[in-house]
Formats: sequence, C-alpha cells, structure tokens
Amino acid sequence: MTKITYVMFDGGERAVDLKTGVNLMQGAVANNIPGIDGDCGGACACATCHVYVDAAWLPKVGPRTAMEDSMLEFAEHVEANSRLACQITVRDELAGMVVRLPEAQH
Amino acid sequence: MADGNAGAPIEDATSIALEDIDVSNPALWAADSHWPYFARLRKEAPVHYCKASMFGPYWSITKYNDIMAVDTNHQVFSSEAALGGIAIIDQGAELRLPMFIAMDPPKHDAQRKVVSPIVSPMNLATMEPLIRGRVQQILDGLPRGETFDWVDRVSIELTTQMLATLFDFPFEDRRKLTYWSDIATTIPAPGMLVETEEEKLSILMECLGYFMRLWNERVNAPPRGDLISMLAHGESTRNMSPEEYLGNLILLIVGGNDTTRNSISGSVLAMHQNPGEFAKLKANPDLIPSMVSETIRWQTPLAHMRRTALEDFEFSGQTIKKGDKVIMWYVSGNRDETVIERPDEYIIDRERPRQHMSFGFGIHRCVGNRLAELQLKIIWEEILARFDRIEVMVEPERVPSPFVKGYLNLTVRIPA
Ligand code: HEM
Ligand code: FES
Repeated sequence: MTKITYVMFDGGERAVDLKTGVNLMQGAVANNIPGIDGDCGGACACATCHVYVDAAWLPKVGPRTAMEDSMLEFAEHVEANSRLACQITVRDELAGMVVRLPEAQH
Repeated sequence: MADGNAGAPIEDATSIALEDIDVSNPALWAADSHWPYFARLRKEAPVHYCKASMFGPYWSITKYNDIMAVDTNHQVFSSEAALGGIAIIDQGAELRLPMFIAMDPPKHDAQRKVVSPIVSPMNLATMEPLIRGRVQQILDGLPRGETFDWVDRVSIELTTQMLATLFDFPFEDRRKLTYWSDIATTIPAPGMLVETEEEKLSILMECLGYFMRLWNERVNAPPRGDLISMLAHGESTRNMSPEEYLGNLILLIVGGNDTTRNSISGSVLAMHQNPGEFAKLKANPDLIPSMVSETIRWQTPLAHMRRTALEDFEFSGQTIKKGDKVIMWYVSGNRDETVIERPDEYIIDRERPRQHMSFGFGIHRCVGNRLAELQLKIIWEEILARFDRIEVMVEPERVPSPFVKGYLNLTVRIPA
C-alpha cells in the first residue's frame, strides 16, 4: 500500500492508501474522491482526470507520453506539472505523493 | 422496456449473409431496426467490411474497445475533410469551410484550443442562471391536458435559445440559427431545403454578414462572456479570416444543435418507456447528473463518426487498406455487452454512467460535452419542479439517417 494525497480545489485533503499497479484515476474514483471523472476508463482518451503533481514528485513520476501531451493540450489551465491521473501508476517510490485537482474537468 | 422493434423483422438480421449486412441503410434507422444487426456484427464480425452501400464501401467497427482503439489512433485514422471528413457520407469538394472537427493535428489542435475555453465548465457556470431562466419560460408556456409536439415546442426551441444565449445573438432572430444549421447540413438537391451549391453559398454568406455585424459591434465594446466577444478579443482569434470565423461558428451551431435536441427528446421518451426509472428520479433528484449521462449513452445522438485510413492497418485479423472508409459505430459500442452491463436497459443509477462513447474519445472528443450535460441537467431539474408526468402518446418518427440518431417528432401530453 502506498499513501497518496489528493488536494481538492477548495483546499480540502484526502489521503488514501493505494495498491501498487492501480493508477491515480482509479484510486480517486474507487475512493469517491470528487473532481476526477475518468470518463474513458483510463485509456488516455478523455482528459477528465487532469491533476497537478507537486514539484517534489515530478522527477519520480517521469515524463508524459505523446498521447497524454495531445490530450492535455485541450484541458483547462494546463501547467508544466499537469498530468493525467490515469497515466500515473502507483509504485513504492511514489509513497507520500501529493496531487492537486483543478477547479473542474472539461 | 427495451427499444422498439418496429420495421424490418428481426429474422432478417440473423438470416442475412454476413457479407451482405449494410447497417448504413437509412430505412433501418427510420424503423429503429438496426439493433439486431449490430448485435450480430459485434458477435460474428466486429471489424466488418461492407463492399457496397449507398455511401460506397466501408468498414464497420462495432465493439467498444475496438472503437476506442481507432478513435485514439489519429496518426492512422484521419478526420481530414479532403479525404471525406467525419461522416459516412463523403464531404463534397465544393463548399468546404475550415472546421477543426474535420482537421488533423497540428491545425486541429490550434483551432480547438481557441474554442474550448468558451464552453469550459467555469465559463458555463456564469451562463447557468440565464439558461435556467429560459428553460423555465419555455416549460411554463406548455399546455396542460392537450397533446403537442415536444420536439418543436421544447427541444428545438430550447437548443435554439441556448445557442442564442451562447452567442448573445439577437433573441428575436434566433430561429435563423436553426435555419443556418439546417442549411449547413443539407446536401443541395432538387426538392431539398437548398437546391444548388450557389444557393447554399449565398445563404451562408448572409449568415456570415450577420455574424460580421455582431463581431464589429463586440470588437468595439469591452470584452464580455459571450462567444463572439471572446473570439473578437481573443489573442489567437482576433485576426481570424472571415472563412475561419464562419467555419468555427457553423461548427458550434451544428455541433450543438441536432445532438442536444435529440438528447432532450430522447430523455422524455426514455422516461416514458421506463416508469420505474422515472419514479427513482422523482424520489431522488440527486440522480439527475447520472440520468443525463445514461440518456446520452442510451440515445447516442450521433450514431457514428468516420475516419479514413492513412496507411494499411492490420486490425482484428483484417486488413484495412490505405484510403478505406472506417466507421466507428458509437451506437453499437454503447451496447457492447462485454464492457457495459445490461447495455440495452435504461438504468439511471448505473455504477459508471459516464462510461459511454457518445462524445467520442481522443483528440476530437466533444468539446461541447459539458454544455450538453448542463442543458439536460437544468431541463430535468425544472421538469421535476413542475410536472408529475409527461406522457408520450404515439411512437415518434425517427430521422432516416445513419448519422444523426434522433426524432422528427414526439407527441406528448402533460396531464392537467
Ligand atoms: C449530447 C450532445 C452532443 C453529442 C452526443 C456530441 C457528440 C460529439 C462527438 C461524437 C464528437 C466527436 C467528433 C469526432 O470524433 O470526429 C463531437 C465533437 C464536437 N462537438 Fe459535440 N456533441 C454534443 C454536443 C455539442 C455541443 C452542445 C457543442 C457546442 C458547443 C458541440 C460541439 C462540438 C465540437 C466543436 C466538436 C469538434 C471537436 C474536435 O474536433 O476537436 N457538441 N461531438
Ligand atoms: S481517464 Fe480518460 S484520460 Fe484519464
């Protein structure tokens, strides 16, 4: 189990323990964390799982894929640390990671 | 109750030779009889070649995951207008306005980015009160205890008003929007709404002239929240060519017109056919967002999107050749029993109601999806606040098209 913290747009926090291998979109949906829709089920095809990764964790999560880049092109308020949660898979080295949610998913 | 099976008998679908199946036949859509054909294709030939149809030869992709694979592979499967565009009927060479729905990257991406913020959830929030007020007015004006056509009185009127709101378009002229949308989607032919390309062009030029006046008015005023003002003041749009401006406007008008109209009509029909679900909704209005998604899945307002293969492609043991027309049947993916549980049933409290294909996936995924959902959410909040029931009096007539899946009319009565 790996602890991941989701910070809502209004500042509220939810820390959950996720199994290795699940992705951060699934982790949010399974724990009823609002603000992540995951319409495509994790196929990197809807961009409704947009999150911001805290700077400290960026090197560990690695770069975006080309498709992820394309999909993020059309999300709202995209920053350098924007990622699609379904493209980040939980593993030990991400323990304690913090992601912030945007105001809304488009 | 599942979908009606009026029209061609089901035996046809099971006894016809696989290679002779042509799901594009408009008669199937008018009669709502395509369902068993798709069920058979999903089972026996999920990637199927139809060698002759009124739209020429085409591939049918009918399973959820296969459709997802095509939709997310824009490197191989193109939307380009010059190759035929995005619908089973080839886009003609004559009048081709630049619209990003029928472009590939990088042109698509640059244009979409301009339009997207206008229909973002944040921007829509500021429009919600206005939309709600208009919905209330339409619903309050409906007769009680007598029959009327829901399509005309509510679905068309509401989507038209919504577009007018979005553009801050002169309200009394709003039916022009519906008219231009119809013109833009009509293929000129004798007896049709427009008979020649020239006639169509001259009407679209009138449309451009009208919108140019609005542009000039807005560009000289402080920025506001409407779409035209946003385009006129936007850094990347204020130098758009008139052609591009018109292309984007028509895309938004057409994109949001039939689709939302038929979702609204579909929601009333679905509720009528499924009284148990309606009872659930009345008992728990918090289900409205989930009911809205379920309606959009169940209706699938655009039955398909089309792509053209840019290279030979091996898929499910078949070879799709460069230049082939590939149809992603969302209407079938939305009923794929291997991905969606009890897919033929209308269930407003599904576990994952947003898991449907009606908005497409990948880089062309519907940019207006939040607006469509918002309209449906508001209308159902206001319906529940007013009416105990909306009875559908007769089976509606359906649009005879394998693309726009919808209703020509829906005769209803609201009990007095
Ligand atoms: C329930 C209602 C709607 C449905 C089912 C729907 C469906 C779709 C689908 C399937 C696509 C994908 C096209 C493709 O992949 O080739 C699409 C794209 C699009 N839709 Fe919608 N739509 C709806 C409402 C709207 C509204 C209200 C608007 C207007 C704001 C709109 C504007 C667009 C635009 C501009 C695109 C092109 C996106 C792109 O190519 O990047 N749609 N829509
Ligand atoms: S769930 Fe669709 S892109 Fe992540």
